[in-house]
Amino acid sequence: MHEKTIAQLGAGLAAGHFSSEELTRAFLERIERFNPLLNAFITVTAEAALAQARAADERRRRGEAGPLTGVPMAHKDIFCTDGVRTSCGSRMLDRFIAPYNATVVEQINAAGAVMLGKTNMDEFAMGSSNETSFYGPVRNPWDLDAVPGGSSGGSAAAVAARLTPGATGTDTGGSIRQPAALCGITGIKPTYGRVSRWGMIAYASSLDQGGPMARTAEDCALLLGAMAGFDPRDSTSVDRPVPDYSAHLDQPLDGLKIGLPREYFGAGLDSAVAQAVEAAIAEYRKLGAEMVEISLPNSQLAIPAYYVVAPAECSSNLARFDGVRYGHRCEDPKDLLDLYTRSRGEGFGAEVKRRILVGTFALSAGYYDAYYLKAQQIRRLISEDFRRAFTQVDVIMGPTSPTVAFNLGEKADDPITMYLSDIYTIAVNLAGLPGLSLPVGFVGQRPVGLQLIGDYFTEERLLNIAHRYQQVSDWHNRAPAAFG
Amino acid sequence: MSLGPAEVAKIAHLARLAIRDEDAPAYARNLSAILDLVAQMNAVDTAGVAPMAHPLDTAQRSRTDEVTEFNQRERFQAIAPRVEAGLYLVPKVIE
Amino acid sequence: MEWETVIGLEIHAQLATKSKIFSGAAIAYGAEPNTQACAIDLGMPGVLPVLNREAARMAVMLGLSIGAEIARRSVFARKNYFYPDLPKGYQISQYELPIVQKGRLSIDLEDGTRKVIGVTRAHLEEDAGKSLHEDFHGQSGIDLNRAGTPLLEIVSEPDLRSAKEAVAYMKKLHQMVVYLGICDGNMQEGSFRCDANVSVRRKGDPQFGTRAEIKNLNSFRFVERAIEFEVERQIDLIESGGKVVQETRLYDPDQGETRSMRSKEEANDYRYFPDPDLLPLVLDDDFINAARAGLPELPDIKKQRFITQYGLSAYDAGVLTASRELGDYYEAVVAALGGEPKLCANWVTGDLAAFLNKDNREIADSPVSAVRLAGLLRRIQDQTISGKIAKEVFEALWAGEGDADAIIEKRGLRQITDTSAIEKVIDGVIAANPDQLAQYRAGKDKLFAFFVGQVMKASKGKANPQQVNDLLMEKLKG
Repeated sequence: MHEKTIAQLGAGLAAGHFSSEELTRAFLERIERFNPLLNAFITVTAEAALAQARAADERRRRGEAGPLTGVPMAHKDIFCTDGVRTSCGSRMLDRFIAPYNATVVEQINAAGAVMLGKTNMDEFAMGSSNETSFYGPVRNPWDLDAVPGGSSGGSAAAVAARLTPGATGTDTGGSIRQPAALCGITGIKPTYGRVSRWGMIAYASSLDQGGPMARTAEDCALLLGAMAGFDPRDSTSVDRPVPDYSAHLDQPLDGLKIGLPREYFGAGLDSAVAQAVEAAIAEYRKLGAEMVEISLPNSQLAIPAYYVVAPAECSSNLARFDGVRYGHRCEDPKDLLDLYTRSRGEGFGAEVKRRILVGTFALSAGYYDAYYLKAQQIRRLISEDFRRAFTQVDVIMGPTSPTVAFNLGEKADDPITMYLSDIYTIAVNLAGLPGLSLPVGFVGQRPVGLQLIGDYFTEERLLNIAHRYQQVSDWHNRAPAAFG
Repeated sequence: MSLGPAEVAKIAHLARLAIRDEDAPAYARNLSAILDLVAQMNAVDTAGVAPMAHPLDTAQRSRTDEVTEFNQRERFQAIAPRVEAGLYLVPKVIE
Repeated sequence: MEWETVIGLEIHAQLATKSKIFSGAAIAYGAEPNTQACAIDLGMPGVLPVLNREAARMAVMLGLSIGAEIARRSVFARKNYFYPDLPKGYQISQYELPIVQKGRLSIDLEDGTRKVIGVTRAHLEEDAGKSLHEDFHGQSGIDLNRAGTPLLEIVSEPDLRSAKEAVAYMKKLHQMVVYLGICDGNMQEGSFRCDANVSVRRKGDPQFGTRAEIKNLNSFRFVERAIEFEVERQIDLIESGGKVVQETRLYDPDQGETRSMRSKEEANDYRYFPDPDLLPLVLDDDFINAARAGLPELPDIKKQRFITQYGLSAYDAGVLTASRELGDYYEAVVAALGGEPKLCANWVTGDLAAFLNKDNREIADSPVSAVRLAGLLRRIQDQTISGKIAKEVFEALWAGEGDADAIIEKRGLRQITDTSAIEKVIDGVIAANPDQLAQYRAGKDKLFAFFVGQVMKASKGKANPQQVNDLLMEKLKG
């Protein structure tokens, strides 16, 4: 059963080939067996999952089942789950039992899906390798020496290893797309505002966006349909109808104009990755698409601007973790200052601290204009680049990541090199656009991802473009040998 | 931009983060490297470019003035490190 | 050496909404600690703010009332600092682009002149919680019920030149926000509080002196005393060769002095930046026009109208327009009586005000309704009772003994206007006081009052005083 996609599982449940309870047990068994190897889950909620599964089966008997009813899935541990530890990969929240559900969790629950557990992640979503997690790194199921990418590395590894058919992720600078690429699965970061941020622990509020991770675009369409929608509790949520993302997956790509930004194929891109990406692009040509070379001239400024904007917002967003109302509190604080500095010093890991410090500095008196304001101006330029590009083309394509998965520990001590692994994904967040990564090959045993970038609210089209490719390729069906 | 351990200590204080003395040089080095990376922004003239604080070019929505939240103190304080008589406790606040 | 005082006030008015500015938790004073603090107010992970429209409407109402510019686009920023009563580690406040800009408020000075005080800005922000300093084993307790309460911070220009002017300005603003119904004005509960920026300079000096900020003054008296103390302190300091340092000070009402707040001395770097959880607040014509349509008649305009429409003195008009309710009450009395605005004003500002004051009641809680008071005044007007008897009737009205007519009837207080009846009483009084009569006729005019008093006494105050006067004058001539 674990080999099946969400769409197939949904069909199997509908046909009565198996119950949700059987399905849930099967995945829980796989988690029990394989998670010690991968460390993809921080928390497994076996009992609650089985109860949910039985409720889903009951719902199905009443004839009230939807496409996700009874389908197991997992949530990145950044989404608050009522009554279940929500750690955000941090010691700070190691014992934080959320007293409410994130809207995304509510909506997926309402669709009748079954939560298997909470997946590992870089601490507070800050990282590109899942090595900053308080709960230890996640391993890449394709090669246990490799990182799964981050920050949604637990979700990506769990989906790739068939420990769950789908999972939620969040993407602030590539945290859905990059791990999806490195683990050989499909993931979509929707347009900013498409998915509610309520109950999703904030890293950088103007960049964060939740989205689905699954094996196929078809599955992502099903999950995104349940996740997306207007939420009055999120001021940045967009009040706009949610299309049926599954309705037009098969639409032909004849005449599709694909933009290939020259900046995404230059120095820094691993040649083997480039080859796999180019082969995929050639496939798209066969599917009737037309290639247009474009330029996104400010691309090289995305990382510098991001490493001001995101840390600035995070320095403020993470100020609430002060050891007073919830979260880690140091032993015997001698005074208020000691309570704050020690609780936070102990509760946060090194990368989180680095970003808080950078952000605090960038906003501080005398530096605001040179850093924060400048970055916001660059952000405008980057978003203008995309605006111009989308007057010429329907979609932009390029590599998701400049390399395949790197080795555990390889970049852990060098934040700058680590940051550069998000070079192709970050601009999308700065502009607030939707982006998708799908598997298009391997370098050795490590997967390569192709990134699709769309104009605002064109998720439906991106899923369609990815789905068409997946109908003529089988990268998304390959399973890592040890987890087949 | 190069930051030394003393500057790191100042920023760490502003951010209320305890940084061990022995870690300060590494933070100083990393922060300086990040600021160098960020300094690439200076290559572009942004005079007259409107800062973009937000990807959405829309306005704030507002809600009707209604009470929709009710007392959940017990639930919220169940996860609090120290409470007494319904209050969160902290080391003495001196004004 | 002549010194000039320069004062600017930052007034925090708590807006009278039902729910908080960014959450749906209730705002009620005196609730059990932390029972009105929802997940948003507590700054729980993942929670998000959504603006209460009513708070914006109230801010616009104030802006329109002080002739200010209403910003079509204003921005919420985060003011970052750590404090236990500030759950998120930042306060959401408007910084660079406030909702109200460049207004003005005129105050009446003691010498009868008016002075226009500039209002730099008024911005929306959220209040913090409270630290309770009772000793919990050496710890402080934090109550976050107040966290997230909408505040309008109204910042004046440094246009105020004395403690008295500062108080006049504060009172005027207090009257305004209460008139508008956007603040309950309760200073004891902290709904209307003030920080004063105070400096002194030598007269004629174009530069401002270094200022001290006195925090959290929650009564008019404290504002006056704190400023007076602070001015004195600064002058003494400079005259003895010292220098004023820019700092935050706290007024201690027990000692009547201001003291440096050491905990706040540390230079703050608030790292303001636009709150990414909130988009710019954009106000269109419809919103602003709707707020304008909801404005009541403002105090200054109402006062002027009372002067012209009712022929009242500026003083009476000022007293009667001090609050909206009092003005409404007065106008209801005039309307019920169908005229006699001066008589009405005398009674509302006189007996009624005295009784309210004595019982420490607001006009809204007056046991004598406007209609009942008008009923009483009608009987004065038609001479059923005298003004003096009316006071007795009023007391009975206050005590709840029914309407004026019933009281007059029950107590037999109807005025005697029958000339022959009054003459009879006068004759009796004259007959009983032959000595006084003789003295009066011998030229001791002052005794006239004695006779009036005796006649009124004999008639139990019911004789029509004018008639008594006239008839007595005749009769005493002999």
